[in-house]
Amino acid sequence: MGVSPLPAVRFDLISRYFGEVKAVDQLDLEILDGEFFTMLGPSGSGKTTCLRMIAGFDRPTSGRIWLYGKDVTDLPPYDREVNTVFQDYALFPHMTVGENIAYGLMIRKVPKAERLERLAEMLDLVRLPGMAERKPNQLSGGQRQRVALARALINHPRLLLLDEPLGALDLKLRQQMQLELKSIQQRVGITFIYVTHDQEEALTMSDRLAVFNHGKIEQLGTPAEIYEHPISPFVAGFVGTSNLVSGELATKLIGSAEMFSIRPEKIHIMPPGTEVKEGECAVDASVRDMVYLGLYTRYLMELEGGGDLVVVQQNLNTTSMDALSVRGHPVRLIWQRIHNRRVSGSS
Amino acid sequence: MQNNTPASTSGQSKPPSPGSRFSTYIYQRPSLFLLLLLGLPLLWMGVVYLGSLITLLVNSFYYLDDFSGLVVRQFTLATYLNLFTPANLDIVRRTAGMAFAVTIATAIVAFPLAYYTTRYASPRLKGFLYLAVLLPLWSSYLVRVYSWKLILAKEGIFSWLIAQLGLDGALNFMLRLPGIGGSSLSLSPIGIFLVFVYVWLPYMILPIMAALERVPKSVLEASGDLGAHPRQTFRHVTLPLAMPGVIAGSIFTFSLTLGDFIVPASLGNSSFFIGQAVLSHQGTSGNIPLAAAFTMIPIVIMIIYLLVARKLGAFDAL
Repeated sequence: MGVSPLPAVRFDLISRYFGEVKAVDQLDLEILDGEFFTMLGPSGSGKTTCLRMIAGFDRPTSGRIWLYGKDVTDLPPYDREVNTVFQDYALFPHMTVGENIAYGLMIRKVPKAERLERLAEMLDLVRLPGMAERKPNQLSGGQRQRVALARALINHPRLLLLDEPLGALDLKLRQQMQLELKSIQQRVGITFIYVTHDQEEALTMSDRLAVFNHGKIEQLGTPAEIYEHPISPFVAGFVGTSNLVSGELATKLIGSAEMFSIRPEKIHIMPPGTEVKEGECAVDASVRDMVYLGLYTRYLMELEGGGDLVVVQQNLNTTSMDALSVRGHPVRLIWQRIHNRRVSGSS
Repeated sequence: MQNNTPASTSGQSKPPSPGSRFSTYIYQRPSLFLLLLLGLPLLWMGVVYLGSLITLLVNSFYYLDDFSGLVVRQFTLATYLNLFTPANLDIVRRTAGMAFAVTIATAIVAFPLAYYTTRYASPRLKGFLYLAVLLPLWSSYLVRVYSWKLILAKEGIFSWLIAQLGLDGALNFMLRLPGIGGSSLSLSPIGIFLVFVYVWLPYMILPIMAALERVPKSVLEASGDLGAHPRQTFRHVTLPLAMPGVIAGSIFTFSLTLGDFIVPASLGNSSFFIGQAVLSHQGTSGNIPLAAAFTMIPIVIMIIYLLVARKLGAFDAL
């Protein structure tokens, strides 16, 4: 198909109010053709409303929506070249898996032979061969999820919308489906717009992601940009965990009271009195609390002179017993100054 | 626990009350619990309900001795053959035809209301509509039938309204139609039809509402998302998913019409419906076997109806 020079989606000052509530507030956004784009945010941040406006289930209070250079603001869902994978899958309970998947083709009166051919192709793609005759209620959650995906993809949409599609699956299956979704997206080469509140999912799959908060986009960028350079306390706290440092402690550490964030995994736990080199920040502390998490241990460090920091350390040489035996232990926390990220605004 | 008393001694220090001992006793015996739970309904269904049905069936195979006027308790199919006289067949045809027409009409009237109530009405309006559907059931059925008799009478409000609208020509034309006409609405099969549709309407609306209530909004959105226009969504998704509700409703309207004797006795002309035939055979003429045979007709019709409905896939979405 080739990559379109036109953006797949363009939001032009889009607002959506529900009564007094500004679900989406004067949003400008461009999503490129062929990218895996994620809308990340807590519930009520406006991400699902944005998705529903792209699909056509919801209409903006003001502003225009463009899909591939065409103004679709006033078009109903059935006139848009967009398909959706719903959070609850929304499979038709009275139809078989095959009828579900081929529904869009049946509606468009595609000849039966072609319908069956494309159905077989889809069952293959989502790895459900031989399931066409089953009813949705005979499938597991993961299988229903695949049927929902196949039902959308069979129409060859230019744009696929996914509304928290993995939310109902267990962790193992979720991780497997994340990889699978990403590989399907690369194979079919269409634009995926993915809505989730799970920051790990967003970081794993996306080419770019937008962090939503209160109906606005707080930050937009690649996963690495967002994780390494959060521009606001909200992003720093929502994507991964961050220590937010300001005031007196900040002055002591970096010589300025402005707020900065430091990721827990960037901080090293060293013995007290360890020499501090050029370009490093250091603070003396003692272990107040810890949580053993298998792969790593999370420590809550009480700083000398008040305040605390969260530090995580991979359990490379530690066993769980070692990890638990250091409670109250004095330590020196050291990290590279370059990992400090200045963040502005309020959380 | 706080005093470190072992669990067993703390149990002995305070003996369980008879109530809790009884609960434990039942809890440990699931079959006894099941018996207590289902005993009464099973007794009712099995003995009183099924028992009377079987008695009915048995009676329908006896016959009435015309000479002595006594029921002869001997197996015969003669009583059933009696159903096939032209007069009796007329009664069956009239009743089944009416039940069919009433069912179709109630479904057509009920569906839009149920659809609107479940899909579009605000919670407040929804509560009001539910109440409006249920309210007529709070008053006596007889009172409602007799009010309709007055409404539909020759000098009644309905005829007056039709005349005011200048439609009395159409009404008179309908009343002159052979088979369904009569001297006035209250004395014609059309009148019976109107009253049946009115009295059974709630029994159709409520199951359709229940069926539509169970269809998630996302399923309808998915259909539109996949390219289906509202008309196609209705045909391929909404209607099939509402079908079990329509069938449930039609079982009510169909069987209630088949068995009713009050409406045709109070309104219509003097032609009999099955219910009236049963009443007169077992009451006036003491021909219990023929009354029993008549009663079997609605049962057989309902069984055939349900089998056909299942064959057509009406219960697929159940």
